[in-house]
Formats: sequence, C-alpha cells, structure tokens
Amino acid sequence: MTAQPTDIATYNFAYLDEQTKRMIRRAILKGIAIPGYQVPFASREMPMPYGWGTGGVQVTASIIGPEDVLKVIDQGADDTTNAVSIRAFFKKVANVAVTTDTAKATIIQTRHRIPEHPLTAGQVLVYQVPIPEPLRFLEPRETETRKMHALEEYGLMHVKLYEDIARHGRIATTYAYPVKVEGRYVMDPSPTPKFDNPKMHRSPALQLFGAGREKRIYALPPFTDVVSLDFEDHPFEVQTFDQPCALCAAENVYLDEVILDDHGGHMFVCSDTDHCEKRREQGHRGHLAPETPPALEKREPAQ
Amino acid sequence: MDIATQAIEGGFADPVFDAQTVFRAVMDAMARPGTLQPLPVFARPPAPLSATAGAIALALCDNDTPLWLDLVLQAPAAVKSWLGFHTGAPLAHTPADAHFALIATPAEMMALDGFSQGTQDYPDRSTTLILQVSDLVSGAPLLLEGPGIETTATIAPAQMPRHFVEQWKQNNQRFPRGVDIILATPEGVACLPRTTRIKTMEA
Repeated sequence: MTAQPTDIATYNFAYLDEQTKRMIRRAILKGIAIPGYQVPFASREMPMPYGWGTGGVQVTASIIGPEDVLKVIDQGADDTTNAVSIRAFFKKVANVAVTTDTAKATIIQTRHRIPEHPLTAGQVLVYQVPIPEPLRFLEPRETETRKMHALEEYGLMHVKLYEDIARHGRIATTYAYPVKVEGRYVMDPSPTPKFDNPKMHRSPALQLFGAGREKRIYALPPFTDVVSLDFEDHPFEVQTFDQPCALCAAENVYLDEVILDDHGGHMFVCSDTDHCEKRREQGHRGHLAPETPPALEKREPAQ
Repeated sequence: MDIATQAIEGGFADPVFDAQTVFRAVMDAMARPGTLQPLPVFARPPAPLSATAGAIALALCDNDTPLWLDLVLQAPAAVKSWLGFHTGAPLAHTPADAHFALIATPAEMMALDGFSQGTQDYPDRSTTLILQVSDLVSGAPLLLEGPGIETTATIAPAQMPRHFVEQWKQNNQRFPRGVDIILATPEGVACLPRTTRIKTMEA
C-alpha cells in the first residue's frame, strides 16, 4: 500500500505534501466545473526544471493512487527522455504500476500528443502545458487577457487566424490550434498537433491540463464540446500524410519525419510508438520494416 | 463522550490514501454529473455531520478554505471542534466568504445566490456546496444534461432545496459564475457542477 519502507525518511506518497495536493485538487474540481477556464494555482517547485512537465507532474501527483496504472508519453513516444524520467519519478515516489499500453493505463500523462488508440471512460489524460493562455502571443498583459476571457471577447484570435489566411492562403497554425469549449472559453489545447484536436471533442476520458511555470490548471470533462476555431469558407482541417507509416503501414495516424542519412533520405513513422509496435506485432509491415521482424522483445518500461 | 474526545476521534485512519480515494470519487463525480461514485466510510464525524460529508471536508478543506455551516451544523459545538481539529479550516463569517459550505438540511437552506458566485474574471472564487442527502432516488427526478454527460442522466436526490430547479436555472444563467454542488449520500457522492442543465421532466 505505502511506498517501500526504508530506514531513512522518505517523501510523502507521490512526492507532494498533503496541503499542496488539497490545493491542486480543489483547482482541478473548479477546472472541471468551468471547462476551458484556467484556474490559478500555487505551483510548486518540482525536482525537474520548468518546461519538463512540472504542471502535468503536479496534476498527476495529486490524482494518482496506489491502484493506478500510469503511462507517460512524450510526443507520442514512451521511450524518450521526458517520458522515461517522469515514469521513473512516479515509480519511485508513488510506487505505482507503469505501462506503455494505452488501453491498460488509468492515467496517461502526455506531452503534446493524444494516443491513437481511442481513450475510454475512466481514463484520465494529463497534459503538460507550456503556455496555457491562447491569447498570450496576441496580448502579453495578463490583466487584459483575463478581461477578454471574462467578456468572451475573442475577436483578436479570429483576426490572427484571418491574417494567416491573408498571408498564406490558409490557416497556417498547425499546433496549439485554439479551440472553443462548450461555446464559451477559448482554450489552448497545449502544443498538440491540430491533428489531435478532433479527438478532444466529446472524448469519453477526462482531460486535465497543468501548466507549472504559468501556474494554471484547466480541464475538459468527458463528452464536452471542443470546437476548433475556423471560418465558413476556411473550415478547420487536420494534417494529412501522403504515405503510410514506413514501419507499420498505418494510415490516418500522425507521423514523424525521421532523417535517415545526409543524402536527403527520410522516412515517416508513427509518432505513437505503442500504436506502431502493436500493429507490427499484429503483422502489419511498412515498406521500410525489416524483412524478418526481430522478435519484438517485450521490454519492461525503461527504468 | 466529551467534546474533546469527539473532536479528536473519527478522522481518516490513513490520511494520505483516504484523502486520495475521497478526492478521486469527488473528481469522477464532478466529471460525470449525475453518477453516484461509491465511497466506503472513512470518517466518523459527530452528528449531524454525515460520514460522507465529513470525509469530503477532510479531503478538501484546510486553513486556506473558510467553511460555512448551516444552522443545524452550527448548533452542536462538537461539529465545529471536529472540523477545526482535523482540517484547521476557519469558519466563514458569511456564506459569501465561504469556499465550502456544509449543509445538513438542504430542504431548509438559504438561496443559492447567497453564496459566493465568483467573479466574471475569477469564476473559480465561488462556494462549493456540500449537501447531505439521504439518497438519490426518492426525491423529485431531475433530468440532467451538459458536459460530462453523454446524452442525459437522471437523479432524484431527496431533501433538495425549495424551488431547486428554478434556482439552478438561475445558477446556469450566471455562467461562468455560479456555485457547484456535491451531494453526499451514505453510499457515496454525486455532483452538479454549474455547467449541468436540468431539464424539467414532464409529469
């Protein structure tokens, strides 16, 4: 039940002290009650620098219990530095089970992707958010952006999208694409590719957003309307890819470009590593997959 | 049992994990309005504060959150000293100062707009009401819709405030300001966040 007993003093379960957890928990409840509104909270210093997901880590630490199964992804991958270190952090301070399997996780902390495998009711997706304020690059003053949210004055955001069209002929925003939540608050979905925006709309999972440096928490309850801003004559569109994943031949997923050599060779592979591995286990093969797939040794999530 | 003992006994047996379990139940209830999230008995507060409402107070309240108690809970000194000992939460002078309000007899409670509604700039600075009700099936049925509900949900909480449907409609109209309600039943918790709309049921 508790963290492993040792002779020396240990941290509280899930690192944060109980008063901090209560404060964050209250902010989470307000965030759920006012979808898309950024609730200020007293963000703590964490044993990792700002920009490494301190907001998401604090949210996860406040909701996680001993029965939870945690998955952490960084740009869709389970095996990159940020994901590995946060997963190791929670294994150490909360002694929880970890997984890379999207379907088995109860809490998924993510940096900038939503898994390809559909989320289900009962799962919680925790986003790490760098800049929670969608209007910040248009209006640097917090006093003004707060008033704009209060008065539902979002004309500036539409002007920005319009200027994209005037300059590029299309809306050039490809990530952190602004959304409107339940017809009220304009919200930054964190720097996820706009490819993932439609997955937020009426998702059965609870979505929580934590911004540690900016000290804001916001939330999307399940089955909440999340509409990407657009214009009648320039409707919202997601990225499409000309080719399937080079390893698992998946289509209609988000792909990363990987440079192969210094002669312009490159390949496109699934950004969601769990999804890609699962498909290859099922026998799907892309044009660059090895001839005889090495028996995909089932690795434990990295330490 | 004298008041001093009553104030000290009946808190969480395992504060860290009990608080986490209670919070997760409240979080799931807030995220899925109208669902009952079961909770075992974690706290044994002095009557008339119920075990569920007491556990929610222990999980969420501390010296940062002024508490308001309704008349029935204000009367016995044991409730105040129990909450004071276990949470350290100060008592709010008026309902509008309260972050949380504990209400043992919702049927006789004051109007929802007497509590803090938050401001247009900071709608999170509103009171969260914790209502003790005996069950979610014996009252007037409420048909719910809104964020967190796939199509509709129905609950029929007992002992709800007078003119509740009308009051809740006004609470909806104040959005993003407004109060949120946590219903504490002996079996568990259910929530009505300010976004939940009540559709009046035909007969």
